[in-house]
Amino acid sequence: MIKNFYRLRTSPGRRISLILSLILFLVCIKLYYNTSVERHAENSQDKLVPTGEQLWNGFKKTIFEVKIREEYDSNGEVIKNELPKSFREAHERDKQAFADGKFGNKREMWKNGAARNYLKHGESLLWQDTKASGKRILIAMVFIFFGIYVGLFMGAFPYAEKVLYRFVLFFDKIPALAVLPILFIIFGLGETAKIALIVIGVAPTVILDTYLKVKEVHDEQIVKGMTMGASQPEIVFRIIFPQIIPKVLDTVRLNFKAVILFLIAGEALAAEAGIGYRIFVVRRYMDMATIFPYVVWISMLAFIVDMAFRSWISRQYKWLNK
Amino acid sequence: MEKYIERKYVLELFNVYQQYDGRIILNDISLRIRKGEFVSIVGPTGCGKSTMLRMVLGSETPSQGIAAMEDHLIKRPDRRRGIVFQKYSLFDFMNVRDNVMFGLELEHFNMTDNYLRKIVPFLYRKKELKFREEADHFLEKVGLLEHAENYPHQLSGGQRQRVAIAQAMIIKPQILLMDEPLGALDVGTREAMQIFIQELWGQTEQTILFITHDLEEAIFMGTRLIVLSQYYKDGGNGSKIVEDIKIPWPQPRPTTIKHTKEFNDIMEGIRHAGLDPTHLHDINEFNIQHEDALCSVRKFEE
Repeated sequence: MIKNFYRLRTSPGRRISLILSLILFLVCIKLYYNTSVERHAENSQDKLVPTGEQLWNGFKKTIFEVKIREEYDSNGEVIKNELPKSFREAHERDKQAFADGKFGNKREMWKNGAARNYLKHGESLLWQDTKASGKRILIAMVFIFFGIYVGLFMGAFPYAEKVLYRFVLFFDKIPALAVLPILFIIFGLGETAKIALIVIGVAPTVILDTYLKVKEVHDEQIVKGMTMGASQPEIVFRIIFPQIIPKVLDTVRLNFKAVILFLIAGEALAAEAGIGYRIFVVRRYMDMATIFPYVVWISMLAFIVDMAFRSWISRQYKWLNK
Repeated sequence: MEKYIERKYVLELFNVYQQYDGRIILNDISLRIRKGEFVSIVGPTGCGKSTMLRMVLGSETPSQGIAAMEDHLIKRPDRRRGIVFQKYSLFDFMNVRDNVMFGLELEHFNMTDNYLRKIVPFLYRKKELKFREEADHFLEKVGLLEHAENYPHQLSGGQRQRVAIAQAMIIKPQILLMDEPLGALDVGTREAMQIFIQELWGQTEQTILFITHDLEEAIFMGTRLIVLSQYYKDGGNGSKIVEDIKIPWPQPRPTTIKHTKEFNDIMEGIRHAGLDPTHLHDINEFNIQHEDALCSVRKFEE
């Protein structure tokens, strides 16, 4: 077995591959467990390395514990509602009401009952934060995708290149995090600054990558298109664009990590909800049992989005599977 | 069939010069090609064969002189001149059929149509079916109908070039330019493709300008052979047409012809006259025999 590690041009079997790829994960878990046990033996109140049970409770709290959204009246006073504290409680209330004959049938109970109302107005903390962060990412992505067109024009049309290339190159070199305070000063503490941070951080890379991909298109292809009667816009949109788009989407996919990085940086500074915001808020109380689920959740989300995007690209652009 | 001499000139070059950064590449090239000719152009590496092709194509303009088709000057690549490159002729993101019918789609569907047909496909179905039929007809001609749904990367080098030929011919260009189309193929495939192109030319009478660095291929394929070379006395100033001859044998030719004495004599003669840097000829010794030859004849008369 050890000998195999020194062997070139060998291919481990499926089961061996699985075991090998699990090794480092298991080592990390074991190290964490040992450290946690040691620290808790010394100090049972230790917060830095929570035990498995504490972690599990943290997961449960962040994922399943529901926080009711507070609603305000015109005077800014909190509207008191009598919403149940958990889904189970809501369901119990419905069942009781059904037994009392308040609902004609089960369907009506589901439609007008407390359980549905609870689902409408109550959300877990994690879901609230995910929604807030997701919204920011989605808006930023629209601008990033617009960057693909900027790169396309820059690469295809020399005049556009002369106007834009150096400017984008310069912009690309500005560390986005360094302009974060400026963004907050200009745009205030609202959503705009956080979205602008993501766009400024990622869009220049996407624009420049698209530009380079356009430049890589063989001149023969463009000439060929012209001999087939393609007009200038047709060459750009029917010959160049379809060739480069899967590769550019791959770049966007790889930059998703940077998107999340800038999102967390923006949220850490000023927000009311969001994954980055929550991590930095609970950091003050050294609440590792909440930070861990959030880190795992955002990593998982990034992983799933990446995988889904990758498989969509390979399904959509079958000609790439050379 | 009309007589050769009665056919119109499809392509004409008059006293064409091309230079890059003060270095002359082509020196006073004049040439006339009639409809239905199969002209091979051969020459040593760096003699400017591809430069000449790019001028004919329109992707380059000559520093001096005129490049013209029947009734207009060549300014940019257009549908009148089809092209088959050695590589990158096909669009990797389309399957074989789409590659072949792309020229027809470009002709009949503008950008708006192209978007609309994704939204309301039934409006365009009739036309699309017609293009499909035509593409399949051409694919059948090149023997690749069963690969219509495949992508270019799933084909062999020879098959890809056959698709590229179908793709170029479907738009019915006045002249088909071929820039070393068989250069990247192995010997066996190359020979099969030589026969295939000859047969196709026989069926369609498509005017072809075939550029190659392989002398044997040039003689075997063309009805007319033009040798472009920088190897002549005082020839530091770019390439000239040093040889312009008619190839005597009728087409399609059997490959065995390559082993005949006559074939080898022609090959030896050309190699000696234009492709051998150790034997530099005087301008007066250029072998310009073809009746349509222009430039070098003029020099000869001087």
